[in-house]
Amino acid sequence: MSKLTRLEQELRAGRLSRRDFLQAATVLGFGAVAPTILSRPTFAAPNKGGKFTAGIGHGSTTDSLDPGTYENDFTIGTSFARFNFLTEIDANDELIGELAESWEASPDAKVWTFKLRSGIEFHNGQTMTAQDVVNSFNHHRGEESTSAAKPIVAPISDITTDGDNVVIFTLEDGNADFPFLVSDYHIPIIPTKDGALDWASGIGTGPYVMQSYEPGVRMTFTRNPNYWKEGRAHFDETEMIVIADVAARTNALNTGEIDLMDRCDIKTLHLLQRNQNVVVEEISGNGHYTIPMRTKLAPFDDNNIRMALKFALDREALLETVLSGHGAVGNDHPIGRGQRYFASELEQRTYDPDQAKYYLKQAGLDTIEVDLSTSDAAFAGAVDAAQLYKEHAAAAGITINVRREPADGYWSDVWNNDNRGWCFSYWGGRPTEDWMFATAYAEGAEWNESDWSNARFNELMTMARSELDEAKRREMYVEMQTICSNDCGSVVPLFNNYIHATTTKVAHEENMSSNWANDGHRYFERWWFA
Amino acid sequence: MNEPGNSAPSTDSVPPPPRPSSSALAVAGRELWRAPFSAKVGLLIIATYIFVALFAPVIAPYGESEIVGPQFDVWSEDHPLGTDHLGRDMLSRLIYGARNTVGIALLTTLFAFLLGGTCGILAATLGGWMDQLLSRTVDVLMAIPALIFAMLLLTIFGTSIINLILIIGVLDATRVFRIARAVSLNVVVMDFIESARLRGEGLAWITMREVLPNIMPPLVAEFGLRFCFVFLTISALSFLGLGIQPPTADWGSMVRDTSTLITYGDITPLLPAAAIAILTIGVNFVVDWFLHKTSGLKDEH
Amino acid sequence: MLIQRLSLGLLTLFVVSVIIFLAVGMLPGDAAQAMLGQAATEETVAALRARMGLDQPAPVRYFHWLMGILQGDFGQSIANGREISELIGGRFANTIFLAVFAAVISVPLALLLGILAALYRNSIYDRTVNVVTLSSISTPEFFVAYILILFISVQWGLFPSLANVGPTTPFLERLDKTFLPALTLTLVVVAHMMRMTRAAIINLLASPYIEMANLKGISKRKIITHHALPNAWAPIINVIVLNLAYLIVGVVVVEVVFVYPGLGQLLVDSVQRRDLPVVQACCLIFAATYVLLNLTADILSILTNPRLLHPK
Repeated sequence: MSKLTRLEQELRAGRLSRRDFLQAATVLGFGAVAPTILSRPTFAAPNKGGKFTAGIGHGSTTDSLDPGTYENDFTIGTSFARFNFLTEIDANDELIGELAESWEASPDAKVWTFKLRSGIEFHNGQTMTAQDVVNSFNHHRGEESTSAAKPIVAPISDITTDGDNVVIFTLEDGNADFPFLVSDYHIPIIPTKDGALDWASGIGTGPYVMQSYEPGVRMTFTRNPNYWKEGRAHFDETEMIVIADVAARTNALNTGEIDLMDRCDIKTLHLLQRNQNVVVEEISGNGHYTIPMRTKLAPFDDNNIRMALKFALDREALLETVLSGHGAVGNDHPIGRGQRYFASELEQRTYDPDQAKYYLKQAGLDTIEVDLSTSDAAFAGAVDAAQLYKEHAAAAGITINVRREPADGYWSDVWNNDNRGWCFSYWGGRPTEDWMFATAYAEGAEWNESDWSNARFNELMTMARSELDEAKRREMYVEMQTICSNDCGSVVPLFNNYIHATTTKVAHEENMSSNWANDGHRYFERWWFA
Repeated sequence: MNEPGNSAPSTDSVPPPPRPSSSALAVAGRELWRAPFSAKVGLLIIATYIFVALFAPVIAPYGESEIVGPQFDVWSEDHPLGTDHLGRDMLSRLIYGARNTVGIALLTTLFAFLLGGTCGILAATLGGWMDQLLSRTVDVLMAIPALIFAMLLLTIFGTSIINLILIIGVLDATRVFRIARAVSLNVVVMDFIESARLRGEGLAWITMREVLPNIMPPLVAEFGLRFCFVFLTISALSFLGLGIQPPTADWGSMVRDTSTLITYGDITPLLPAAAIAILTIGVNFVVDWFLHKTSGLKDEH
Repeated sequence: MLIQRLSLGLLTLFVVSVIIFLAVGMLPGDAAQAMLGQAATEETVAALRARMGLDQPAPVRYFHWLMGILQGDFGQSIANGREISELIGGRFANTIFLAVFAAVISVPLALLLGILAALYRNSIYDRTVNVVTLSSISTPEFFVAYILILFISVQWGLFPSLANVGPTTPFLERLDKTFLPALTLTLVVVAHMMRMTRAAIINLLASPYIEMANLKGISKRKIITHHALPNAWAPIINVIVLNLAYLIVGVVVVEVVFVYPGLGQLLVDSVQRRDLPVVQACCLIFAATYVLLNLTADILSILTNPRLLHPK
């Protein structure tokens, strides 16, 4: 989206004519979005007031207020609505301080010192201190922890305070991206009550104060009257509703009962765009689909087979069918186009049955038959994608047997274990290269879904992590993406766009974050009514 | 997922068992000729559906899961009913849908009636502990919400078509059991059954020759509705992500897949829905005619 | 007799709870894995299992749960630790509200349509009602809902498309918000009840006593209301009660489409999260509803039986 937003800025600044803008946008592959940007009027200063209602597709009656359990768009959204974090990814995808005013690292990037803003109050009037930060992090640490953020905080060996406004993190190994990690939605700063972390009250320092909560139904909020950020939190009241059915969400937006719907139905997006009262917006994020092969299991232990399969898929066709073009093709590594160290110089892999045959020959085979497990639990359209893959691969003499697995239990029984050699998977994307690689590609990582290990890759990862020199770092990450593309067990066919729609009265700044859907889920804090 | 009822009116007056005819075919022909208009329409609908289902591969212009055009293409010469969300020919999917949907619904309903009917008649005829055992089992099964139970079982055993037929069949059989048992109870106390017992006829003979013919009307009436409830169960399950799995074409899932289009006033999802509705109406027209014939009520105009 | 039926009902509930316990146990994965989803690591799953008490053997867990229930304690949700009675209370009230709303519209409507259809059987009216009701029950209910929303809500703007009522929603607003779901349910259940009413009455029209009334020259209308209907109540009540049970137990799809916070959605979510105590509680409530409604049907059938009401 960043290129598009740059175009948009130029358009608004008058440097670009409307037609040039449309042409450029189409070349970039944003043809479908461009008209909506043009139709959105540019606004002066944000207005205050009004009640904003968001209809969110993912949310369950079994949700809890415990931040360690947040995993769906509803709970993540409520996290950004009520809480602040040490750092924030802003609307331009830059890292800025939130509760942390500034931070600095030791030369080996092992010790990180965060200086907190002073005088910030929780919704109950209690003043935030360094000890609250320590407690908030400790909630996810330790043997007993059941937090989903445990892998993020596990490398922290010690957290100490220095007065009320300084927190010092000591890491086991250097990590230049540590300030990015602490922007994670699992780790908000929460007050302490009677010595324990008080997540149950829902209180934070954030833009909105929780008024009522029914899990899987709704959460209502009012504006935090003491909110410390300038020019943020414009609505008086906000409400977040779970609307699981996409048709129901669309109807509610059409009737004006909600102001924002997330996860638009891409199959009927062109119809939604015809509605004059609705604005559809797309953000190309880092979320991507993967098709991991278990590299320790035959026949996938032979890289020639892996390469043959990587060449046997028509990514463009998959993009058109599964995402109706609302995304980008992947290059068999997990780094998105918008990320800092994306390897733009790496040649895009295309559908090439002859290459696939060549690699099969290298493996000493003419034909091969493999099982591919799939389920729409991996991502919507995964079953269709498998059918397409089967047809594409047939041209290279590869027979794919599509195995449809039950959606329930897919992540525990099919994905990421040796029960199945090859299956579909989805990654929400991580804001940093290291975070993504360390999570799913590092040797021995819990979620190394293809059970892949590559010595050079792992060596580079450790080096790049603590490297503070930008140019050197970039070189390393490009090499890692290349290795990944040519050796790793995952086919990475597609990156999907985040698509949401709002009523025309909703306004926001020029750019939106691409780290998560819906402007980084900070719509309550950043948007306003025109 | 509609709850069934005793579609069977309690038969206070039981018609005499039909006498075997020398030329059943001729009689059937004559009956058909005399059938009311609605029944003829019903029969015609059923015959058409059966024809389409049997010869789907011949009639359909394209393959069942073949991607032949852009997504949601408009109605044209190449694609008389347009294409679906993946660019498959809608008409071909509807035609193949007849085969899958009607086939599955028919098998499920037959299985349910075979199982439920047999147990129901047995429970009524044998009585005693057998009746108690079967009735209490059915009570328990019916007390568990059917859709949830189907969900649980399908998740445990997997959503193959065989499992779908067996699971929905068993759950439906509980409803059939209750009707079969209730109407059979009325029959087994009749004198002619008693006399057959005294003659020393076996259980099988009594069931087949005496009980079954007399409980057919209410069972057939129930069959008409049950048959269409199977479509609904399958489409409700596919709403929850557990129905017939793609790319198999079935009408319930086709409604589901295209249903968001109705939000924009596009009538595509109405097509598979209409396919289900017309068949239901046809089947029930025939059932009504059959009921009317066996009720002994004379036509009054 | 009543005592016997009630104790049988309790036995049914017990067996249901055992079946649900076993079935949920057989589902792939458990609550700990379901909760962590893709984010599960062996370590966190194990820790979570211990916290949820899932590390104990199944019979022990069942016994603990049963003891709790016998003392009227539904326990806590293992997914979010909330009191189940609290979790279910409001939702069950919502479910009942919607069921009653739909029943108030659909039952009189079905009876009226059915009696008229029997009265004017084989007329154009009869045929039309027949075709319309058959079409409405052969259309998947979510689709009926979409069509209603398209016209009544999006195009004409008469009623809202979201029925997301809350505990503080005033009664009139509640009626307004739940009108569309109630109408959808009406369309779904009315056909079955109407056809039954019609069939039960017509079935009686061939009986000798009706023939006799016919011969006496009593008007058709009077024959049906005074002679046929009283004897037809038993099967009609039976099917009404079954449809009421459906309105309470089977409406999860309508809840999803209209975002109505009823018990059905909670049950489906809890099954997916393997939140056994909540699944058990919901299933028990549904099963109890079913048992009670059946009992009511039996009692009503006896009460409306003219032969019992007017002993010779």
